[in-house]
Amino acid sequence: MVDVRYETAFTLYPYQRSADQDADAPVRHPVVIVGGGPVGMGMALDLGQKGVPCVVLDDHDGVGVGSRAICFAKRTLEICDRLGAGDPMVDLGVVWNVGKVFRDERQIFDFNLQPEEGHKRPAFINLQQPYFEKFIVEQIRVAQGNGAPIELRGKNAVLNVESHADYVTLEVDSPDGPYTIEADYLIACDGARSAVRTLLGHDFTGRVFEDNFLICDVKMKAQFPTERWFWFDPPFNRGQSVLLHKQPDDIWRIDFQLGWDIDRKAVVQPEYYMPKVQAMLGADVEFEPEWVSVYTFQCMSMDEYRHGPVFFAGDSAHQVSPFGARGCNGGMQDVDNLAWKLAAVYHGDADAKLLDTYHEERKHGADENILNSSRTTDFMTPKTEIAKLFRESVLDLVEHTDAMRPLVNSGRLSLPCVYDGSSLNGSDNTRMPVRTRVGSAVVDAPVGDGWLIDQMGDAFKVLAVNCDITINGLDTVRIDADPLISERYLGDAAQAVYLIRPDQIVAARWEKPTIDDVTAALKTAMGG
Amino acid sequence: MDVLTMPRIDDPDGFYAELLDAHEGLSEAESHALNARLVLLLSNAVGDRDVLREAFALAKKAGA
Repeated sequence: MVDVRYETAFTLYPYQRSADQDADAPVRHPVVIVGGGPVGMGMALDLGQKGVPCVVLDDHDGVGVGSRAICFAKRTLEICDRLGAGDPMVDLGVVWNVGKVFRDERQIFDFNLQPEEGHKRPAFINLQQPYFEKFIVEQIRVAQGNGAPIELRGKNAVLNVESHADYVTLEVDSPDGPYTIEADYLIACDGARSAVRTLLGHDFTGRVFEDNFLICDVKMKAQFPTERWFWFDPPFNRGQSVLLHKQPDDIWRIDFQLGWDIDRKAVVQPEYYMPKVQAMLGADVEFEPEWVSVYTFQCMSMDEYRHGPVFFAGDSAHQVSPFGARGCNGGMQDVDNLAWKLAAVYHGDADAKLLDTYHEERKHGADENILNSSRTTDFMTPKTEIAKLFRESVLDLVEHTDAMRPLVNSGRLSLPCVYDGSSLNGSDNTRMPVRTRVGSAVVDAPVGDGWLIDQMGDAFKVLAVNCDITINGLDTVRIDADPLISERYLGDAAQAVYLIRPDQIVAARWEKPTIDDVTAALKTAMGG
Repeated sequence: MDVLTMPRIDDPDGFYAELLDAHEGLSEAESHALNARLVLLLSNAVGDRDVLREAFALAKKAGA
């Protein structure tokens, strides 16, 4: 039997008996993905659209209830655009730019994240995770209709994993009993408490922060502005912080910091949280609790994200504290990074050693996410008396001088990491802008009636600015520099050629490369 | 690093008296808090991360 661990918001892939369950010998699949969350489903969609057959095993048959991850950053939306799932997310998602920071009952400052002009997608949107997952699964259905070899198996739970040199054996439970399959590659996207990681006995180490947070998602019609409000030490949660965020469907996310010594069962009872929320919103505001949950912070990581034929992606590989929105956003960058590499190896375009760069690049990204989210947590939950004194001093000063504003850390904007120093990087050109240096994700800009990001697609490409170059087997996107393109791609150079990877990362750039320069960089970017 | 190793304050006795005056009448906890605010303000005034890092090291060393 497959245990029900949580309630589902949408049933999307009900159990169906698979032919594998009646096979005489275990059926071998090129890729098996364990876990049908945003990372697992995103991985399946990306691989399937690249023609890599994959099977997703999920121990439920849909998306779990609870808004959970709610902030999806621009890069994530660009990845979802590449996968074809971005539009419904942005159509439904809440875009916000203004943040306000309060202390006690006073507003101490506000900020406007009004994104830079000339990008298709906003800095981020707020959207409940079940919607995010649903839109990805809907796109999987579209892709399947177009022949993408993706199979979703609901109510399939992994019982055991055996890892061999070049394949994996999986024992899988189903409503019809257990069966066995094999996979050339296994991708574990089964979350922070990854069963695959546990079954294989891999480490997951880091810091546990001694603090508890209570999420109360409430439905209310009240006319609060669409802004992010953050309180230090408000009257309705003395000595702690509170965060208020808007989601679609008139749902508001409220995060109460509670401290360490609490009764975790008691705080999720209405007698505890209803008066707290009422005190915060005001006595006359009507609201309905939608989802209530208590959580602690952890920043954990595996030492290696690849173990032979097994890859770990998303929370199974690395877990961050939620402030700064780096969990799901980081996981989607894992998808972005691994899918094209696995597809290139599967199709015989690259040597299998390309796969080792998944760990190299994504560990670098995860370390950066963990660093940022640990720093936010250290500001919000000072560990020592002196840390508390400095935090309070920053807040004392910020009401009197703008100079201290940058030190107030209530969560930093999630930005994609730059793969500085990656073994896949080719030559850089220092006359060109730092923001588009080798290892960076492409920076969007308006081009003609559309957007540069939409022309990048999901294969290696050449971007030629103010020049032309033809490389056998590569599409070239040719653009003339307007002031924005010039600022983002030329800098002090008069013309530029960029080699762009399938995950839209700059692999190399030059002013006037030879064809050999570009093909050499392409070889390097494919793992040599 | 000259800003950390060369005298730079005009009328040093006057400065020292003002520093003590700033703490006049404060409890120990209030003085610590004032110092923390001063560290933050002056760090921002210095701005240069290399200077600040070296100042941390020098201050630690001098108290060892």
